Amino acid sequence: MAHVDAERTKRLVEASLGARHRRERLFQVAGFLATTVGVVFLAIFFWTLIAQGYSAFVQTFVKLDVEFSESELAPAGTLDLQYANFDALARSAFREYFPDVTGRSDRRELNKLLSVGPSYAIRDAIEQNPDLVGTTVSMWVPAAAIVDMLVKENIDRNLPESQRPLTDQQIAWVDRLIERDALDTRFNTALFSNGDSREPELAGIRGALMGSFYMLLITIALAFPIGAAAAVYLEEFAPKNRWSDLIEVNINNLAAVPSIVFGLLGLAVFINWMAIPRSAPLVGGLVLSLLTLPVIIIASRAAIKAVPPSIREAAFGLGASRVQVVFHHVIPLALPGMLNGAIIGMSRALGESAPLLMIGVVAFIVDVPSGFSDPATALPVQIYLWADSPERAFAERTSAAIIVLLGFLLLMNLAAIIMRKRVERQW
Amino acid sequence: MAAMTESSGMDEATAAAPAVKPQAPANGKAGDGQVGRGRDAARPDKDARHSALTGRTVGQVRCENPFIVAENIDVFYGDNHAIKDVTLEIGRNQVVALIGPSGCGKSTFLRCLNRMNDSIDIARVTGTITLDGQDIYSRDLDPVVLRARVGMVFQKPNPFPKSIYDNVAYGPRIHGLAADRAELDEIVHVSLERAGLLKEVKDRLDEPGTGLSGGQQQRLCIARTIAVNPEVILMDEPCSALDPIATARIEDLIDELSANYAIVIVTHSMQQAARVSQRVAYFHLGTLVEVDETDRIFTNPQHKLTEDYVTGRIG
Repeated sequence: MAHVDAERTKRLVEASLGARHRRERLFQVAGFLATTVGVVFLAIFFWTLIAQGYSAFVQTFVKLDVEFSESELAPAGTLDLQYANFDALARSAFREYFPDVTGRSDRRELNKLLSVGPSYAIRDAIEQNPDLVGTTVSMWVPAAAIVDMLVKENIDRNLPESQRPLTDQQIAWVDRLIERDALDTRFNTALFSNGDSREPELAGIRGALMGSFYMLLITIALAFPIGAAAAVYLEEFAPKNRWSDLIEVNINNLAAVPSIVFGLLGLAVFINWMAIPRSAPLVGGLVLSLLTLPVIIIASRAAIKAVPPSIREAAFGLGASRVQVVFHHVIPLALPGMLNGAIIGMSRALGESAPLLMIGVVAFIVDVPSGFSDPATALPVQIYLWADSPERAFAERTSAAIIVLLGFLLLMNLAAIIMRKRVERQW
Repeated sequence: MAAMTESSGMDEATAAAPAVKPQAPANGKAGDGQVGRGRDAARPDKDARHSALTGRTVGQVRCENPFIVAENIDVFYGDNHAIKDVTLEIGRNQVVALIGPSGCGKSTFLRCLNRMNDSIDIARVTGTITLDGQDIYSRDLDPVVLRARVGMVFQKPNPFPKSIYDNVAYGPRIHGLAADRAELDEIVHVSLERAGLLKEVKDRLDEPGTGLSGGQQQRLCIARTIAVNPEVILMDEPCSALDPIATARIEDLIDELSANYAIVIVTHSMQQAARVSQRVAYFHLGTLVEVDETDRIFTNPQHKLTEDYVTGRIG
């Protein structure tokens, strides 16, 4: 009987092999395809992003021989900048290149090639060094966005005149500047040193970057300790009963609540009730903390649950108190997982814009915030604002801002991973 | 179910033993009545040698100069009656082995002795256990104090993911047993020495304890336990994860330790129980069936269940 069965088993197993192998191959192919699709879309995403955004990191500059005239800057013999017209200085320097342009309307057209930026540059220069009065200094100042776009070939000069932002005459002027070596593309420092601006050539993401930075600082400072403490309490100390079940269900639900709801909560509680200034990183950070808390709690609880019970038993068996068991053994072992939760939560917080809509972070704010209560925007909000702007030059800046956001994210995650590795290595 | 365990089920107790859990809720109180537990279920018509789970524990639950006295212990995990009316005394400098098929409650009983069941929310212990005359379940006794006096070694070696030194030093540190670093060093060295591990690890005390072999890890756990200088050591199948050579070393160690400590050891190995213990307690389905001198249990058991088990007809 037995050997007959053995024959049969062997035959049946062999007969089933073909189907099994087919299924395995099928699954492998499906898995490979799925991975490929993912990688391809990621590649497309990065490709379009970089292709569109890299040009924003450079900017066309124009050389101006600025005459710091005494009549303008020191009409009464001493330096008096209160009524000084820096624009006029910049324009007269610019017109040096075009002595033939005399008509009023032509001059106006010409001035459009010059950004409003030079006047700030001139003011800054004279404020730093009053001795410049009476001298002529050669300065490189940002050209207007339309010039920049033309130089970067983002504006097609073969289009009919009515369909492009530059007239034929303006293009001819730009070409003359190029001939005279008065134009140069340089690294776009304004992008990283300026706040937002209506003029693309002056717009920067520093304000949004600092806003996001302050918000995340508050978020990590609040959400991680509170989330970790809640997780430790729920896992290690709280009695397991109907109430703890209810709390668990609610936390899990909270993690899935649309983020804009947290914005409404923040508006009602932090701004209307607690009267924290709107648009401030403080409010943003508080709202993002609320948003991140459930994520951190869930991840931390999972990490705590994953600590082998044998370690707890060993410590209890030696007479360690509950707090000692938790702080000497459970938390150190769960910390990498908790940090993982913090990374996920912070990444989510960095990318959120919806809750910030509600608390006034979607605002045109030019100043770079220098504290937690200054008005500020955040990176994703800045991206949204720029993506909404009609100027062609903002399109590349939008992509550039996304690249910066991703870089920020990468840096943050890298720091967290290094920290996690260090914590892990101790054991 | 109850009928089966009583009569026909005895020659297949391995199968009967895992059935403990489903049995308990199905039977409830009625089952208790039928199977009987101690005083209220006297059945004079049956010979003790052939009765199943009736009657009191056979043999000698008392001993001279008892150190731990457990009286009428019942343990419930929720509705599951895991230990039924167990009374047992454990003497000073005595090694008592708890044997029995899986799920018979021997580990549960062991964990009552240092209140490790406290950490399980649904566990409920009734009866009294005294350690050197002191009620260990009394409200004024913090389990921390109890566990410093009653150490425990677990089934799976569970060193902390720390250095060998820190593993052994952990207990003394949290209890503040060492006044300074030198004293702590000495405690660590003496404990490792007594656990028979010092020679192998003295040059690498800073290396992680988890890097040792299984047998070494278990001896490290023993060293960690005796570093606190307990009066009793509980061992829950300390050799089940070890090879025979490592097992022999642990058994030698138990022998040596018994000079200074009362040791209660749960084991599945009859040979181990015979080798290391002075007394053996046989558990079956939550009941303490028989307790006696080791020699008597293995040569002349009084209860049929015990006989079946030690002769290999069960388990």
